[in-house]
Amino acid sequence: MSEKTSKKLKSLKRKTMTGNIITYVILAIISIVWLIPFFMIVLESFRGETTMQVGYVFPKEWSLKNYAALFAGSDVVKYPKWYLNTLIIAIAVAIIQPIMVLCVSYTLSRTRFASRKLLMNAMLVIGMFPGFLSMIILYKVLSSLGLTGTGAIWGLILVYTASSGMGYYVSKGFFDTVPKSLDEAARVDGATRARVLFSIIIPMSKPIIIYTILTAFMSPWGDFMFASYIAHNTSEGMNVAVGLNNMIGSASSLAAHYTEFCAGGVLVAIPITILFMCLQKYYVEGVTGGAVKG
Amino acid sequence: MEKLSWIEYQELGTLQRILYNIRRFLAAIPAFFVGIGKAIGRGVKTAVCAVGRELRDLFMTLIKGSWRTKISYLIMGFGNFTCGQIVRGAAFLLFEIVFIWYTVTIGAGWMSKLDTLGDIAAGEQYDPILDTYVRVAGDDSFKILLFGGLSLVFCIAAVIVWRMNIKQSSENDEIIKSGKRPQNFKADIHDLVDAKFHKTLLAVPLLGILLFTVLPIVFMIVVAFTNYDGAHDGFSNLFTWVGWKNFGELFNTTQSNLNYAFKHILGWTLTWAFFATFSNYFLGIVVALLINKKGIKFKKVWRGILVLTSAVPQFISLMYMSKLFAKNGLISGFLQQVGILDAPFDFWGNATSARILVIAINIWIGIPYLMLIATGILMNIPEDLYESAKIDGANAVQQFVKITLPYMLFITGPYLLTSFIGNINNFNVIFLLTGGAISDPKLTVGGTSATDTDLLITWLYKITTGADSNYKLASVVGILIFIVVAVLSLIVYNVLPSNKNEEDFQ
Repeated sequence: MSEKTSKKLKSLKRKTMTGNIITYVILAIISIVWLIPFFMIVLESFRGETTMQVGYVFPKEWSLKNYAALFAGSDVVKYPKWYLNTLIIAIAVAIIQPIMVLCVSYTLSRTRFASRKLLMNAMLVIGMFPGFLSMIILYKVLSSLGLTGTGAIWGLILVYTASSGMGYYVSKGFFDTVPKSLDEAARVDGATRARVLFSIIIPMSKPIIIYTILTAFMSPWGDFMFASYIAHNTSEGMNVAVGLNNMIGSASSLAAHYTEFCAGGVLVAIPITILFMCLQKYYVEGVTGGAVKG
Repeated sequence: MEKLSWIEYQELGTLQRILYNIRRFLAAIPAFFVGIGKAIGRGVKTAVCAVGRELRDLFMTLIKGSWRTKISYLIMGFGNFTCGQIVRGAAFLLFEIVFIWYTVTIGAGWMSKLDTLGDIAAGEQYDPILDTYVRVAGDDSFKILLFGGLSLVFCIAAVIVWRMNIKQSSENDEIIKSGKRPQNFKADIHDLVDAKFHKTLLAVPLLGILLFTVLPIVFMIVVAFTNYDGAHDGFSNLFTWVGWKNFGELFNTTQSNLNYAFKHILGWTLTWAFFATFSNYFLGIVVALLINKKGIKFKKVWRGILVLTSAVPQFISLMYMSKLFAKNGLISGFLQQVGILDAPFDFWGNATSARILVIAINIWIGIPYLMLIATGILMNIPEDLYESAKIDGANAVQQFVKITLPYMLFITGPYLLTSFIGNINNFNVIFLLTGGAISDPKLTVGGTSATDTDLLITWLYKITTGADSNYKLASVVGILIFIVVAVLSLIVYNVLPSNKNEEDFQ
């Protein structure tokens, strides 16, 4: 190697080195920016000296009393009840919604029938209406059945799951990629369509089923719009999001409950995050696959 | 607008090319709307033809059909009974009996009141026994609209079922003529898990969609043509049809607040959706590129950190951020300690700072998700594209603009559209961040006050839950959101390079 080329190589190496260092710095900054709010919320949840908002992050007095206050409960704070409500809703939705989605997506992907295109277009158009629009009448009907206010859990489960068949896109995208020859071979052997679904397609679809269950389980935790409307200011029927928002809704309640709100947030975030991390692989597959196939 | 030839196009500078493309896009819009008009015309024509064909069929069957089919016109299921299809026949007959009984005893009463939505207002009546005036309930417009509408739907369903019954009977005629036996019940059941498995699978989901989405939406569209609100709640004060009045008021520029608020909020909704979608999109790609850069170690760690943050339910981070930037919040307090501010500053109280903040926080919320999507796609870009670009002396920026971006845009076109629409309806980010912000008096409509960061969807929520429960306005706003979304989708769908053929994969 001549001296010239080795010099060139060295300068190239230096160039990539500086490039990498800049990238590391940017990535480190990004990581800090993205993680810092969570550190702050955890730190503030342990603050013992005051329940108000303050201009510093690190507690002067570490304490668990915010957590204790959440579980002691009061007229305003019914945290265990909210938590249980949300958990029940999430589990019910995680069971029912994937079944609905699976039925619709499998049918639209693997079977051909006369009104199929019409059905898909109709669902696309219906999906363009804001979902909240239908809540006004649904609320009136559900409340006459006693499924709002204190009975909001059941009303919400109905609202979340009844129309969930419309969210079939990601799952259909998955089924579209499963070779049709599999079905055909089984059909030639005399299997009914139902048998093809249960003994061939479902065992193959573990990733997409887990993805659907995971997203179905997570969505009720974050819903505010429907939950607040159905619960209708009855603190018995609220989910965590509505309850916590209510807890810090006015200036006076904010001052009294701010650190408790942080503690409540931490308690929701921990189990969800752990669950999410365990199933991350499936989530990533679903997200990337779903976006590509539209 | 003339289409330039390829050579002419190559001669243009970058800026000219962009202008040329934008002008071509704008020039295509009128033709696009003409196309929609034509498509609607075609749809109407097809529908009219189909109805005509059905009527002709009905008439011909009545003349030429067998005696059992003719009787089926009156007694549903008769054609099935006489061919040994007892269960089908019984189902049809039961349906007919229930329908007639319901319509005569209940349905007709509701439907007859649909034209005025009730005449008898609630009032007070003298009770001679108690010697006082007692309150008596009158008509309830809401119930009339609800049950009258459902009865109408039931009638339409009855016509369809009646048509099915005749069709089955004449099909049975054909089968018998050809010397075979009509299908028995056992075969029907077998069909439901095999040839007609789609019906079994779709039954429950479609029923759910019908009851919880389609019918409520139809109901709310109808409400947009009434004066249903808190003051006319239906049972203490009747409401009635008002035609296009609600739409007229919204578009009437002399109706100061309503029209102003609508335009203001619509404008911000579109601005927000644009910035929220594209800021996330480009920054997400950039972050993904940084992580996937050759020679960068701990890729999984960097990615994991970002994904971790998206695992925490959004509402927690949103509510926390909302309080963080509030008047007594941490940021304001910190800036005072450092000496940048000398008094508490409410970031949500000022239109500009609030708008910038919601977009910035939305970036914080959305990037992990976009990073994941972008990573998946970036890995699929053929490596040799970059190799040859490098040999031609392209630098990193050029590679990004000429290879990565076009590839991403091509693949994620549909995703961008869904994401744009998702942002138009992004309730959580706006409402949880700025829910309690100071409102603009010019945006106050009746008992509902909106803020400068309100989107149509949060406005809809506030109108519905507001003091005067302005349901009629809520319905109008809901319909307008639909129109905005539908028009956008149609335009983008037509502009997208390829409408993918779904059979391609199979």
